[in-house]
Amino acid sequence: MKDWGYSILKGRQIDFENNDFSIAEFVAQHEPSFKWCIGCGSCTATCSAARLTNFNPRKINLLIQRGETKGLAEEVAKCMMCGKCQLVCPRGINTRNVIQNIKRALNTCHAL
Amino acid sequence: MTKTPQHIIIIGGGPAGLEAASCLGEVGYKVTVLEKEEQTGGKLRLWYKLFPGFRPSGEVREYLANGHKMNPPEIVTKAEVIRVDPEIDHHQVVLADGQTLKADAVLIATGFQVFNAEKKEEYGYKIYDNVITSVDLEAQFISGNPLKTVAGVAPRRVAFIHCVGSRDKKVGNVHCSRVCCITGVKQAIEMKEHLPQAEIFNFYMDMRMFGQNFEELYIEAQQKWGITFIRGRVSEIAENIDGSLQLKAEDTLSGRPMRMNFDLVVLLVGMVPAAGTEALGKSAGLAFTSGNFLASNDTHFFQNETHTPGIFVTGTCREPLSVAETLTDARAATVRIISWLREKELKSNN
Repeated sequence: MKDWGYSILKGRQIDFENNDFSIAEFVAQHEPSFKWCIGCGSCTATCSAARLTNFNPRKINLLIQRGETKGLAEEVAKCMMCGKCQLVCPRGINTRNVIQNIKRALNTCHAL
Repeated sequence: MTKTPQHIIIIGGGPAGLEAASCLGEVGYKVTVLEKEEQTGGKLRLWYKLFPGFRPSGEVREYLANGHKMNPPEIVTKAEVIRVDPEIDHHQVVLADGQTLKADAVLIATGFQVFNAEKKEEYGYKIYDNVITSVDLEAQFISGNPLKTVAGVAPRRVAFIHCVGSRDKKVGNVHCSRVCCITGVKQAIEMKEHLPQAEIFNFYMDMRMFGQNFEELYIEAQQKWGITFIRGRVSEIAENIDGSLQLKAEDTLSGRPMRMNFDLVVLLVGMVPAAGTEALGKSAGLAFTSGNFLASNDTHFFQNETHTPGIFVTGTCREPLSVAETLTDARAATVRIISWLREKELKSNN
């Protein structure tokens, strides 16, 4: 069929009922501090990768918890594992291990 | 001749009024507490456990009832005060039944009432059966019955909505009711204890954990009880055909709108001044805050004094306070009343 270049816009709404929480569950199971985030943003403020790209560790954490994981592999690949985020986190989240487990989850939950 | 002790009338027999009564009684004043309900204890009677330590509210009621054994105040129930007429020498307190009482000092402790959630029609209170308030939930906890939806099943997913009737110009309340945040954390934990399988979500604008051990309890709610906090004010609730509720909010930290289904929604209703406080305050020539609470004479130095000498205010009729803060405020008011009465006595002796 001819592609006319038109499509139906997918809503921007987070659809909690139909989203996939397998990555969130995997990460929370292996690094429970993943769920302690209060969204302060200090991780992103100090993040070396965020200075150069649109990488945002606070938002990644949140979106995974909402079951929004599209493009996640590409996002976490921007992390350089420097660990500055872990030094500033007021809730004591093991952010590096969170990222590691997101990567593990991506390999186990979604065979990419 | 023994001197007649000076007489203090306290309007309101809740935590503030009763604590002030026992403190004033201790130093020998004649104290009368006027309570409009049949029982004293105020809103404590509606609460099951208190934040942040889950103390049964009955313990505080018991403490208040036993606080004035040495010189118990006269407690008059079913006594509704409609007016206070300030005079130079003493004040006249007028009751609904026409009776007039004379006092050297008057302490207003009329407390609060909860915001009427029906005014936030978009949340569907009294429209959708599975939308309840934090006060309804306390009544449910007091009853000891298992928590169920109207359909008679245990809710699997529960939402707590913060700031209902607070920080909301649409309903005329710009003020923060202060205690609802920690109440939401407390009730979410209690809910999880009742329903370990349920998923619990709190929708908030800011989490205002100002008191001792409040932040700790908030952390515990996340870490130990797995409660999820979503930053965003709920815009509306609609009922699905099966009686469950669809809720819309923006997840402001991701900048995305979201919708979710819930079996039960709890509205954390804020505080507004008790009915009659406005009329009472006006009769005594008092000023009001933007939230229509009774205004203090000064925000730092004279919190318990009003603009009318000899008329004092304490507790949640002057601003939203926790139970612990209310008791502290009542004790502070006592000190001010004593010094004012002593000064008055000295002047009359000279």
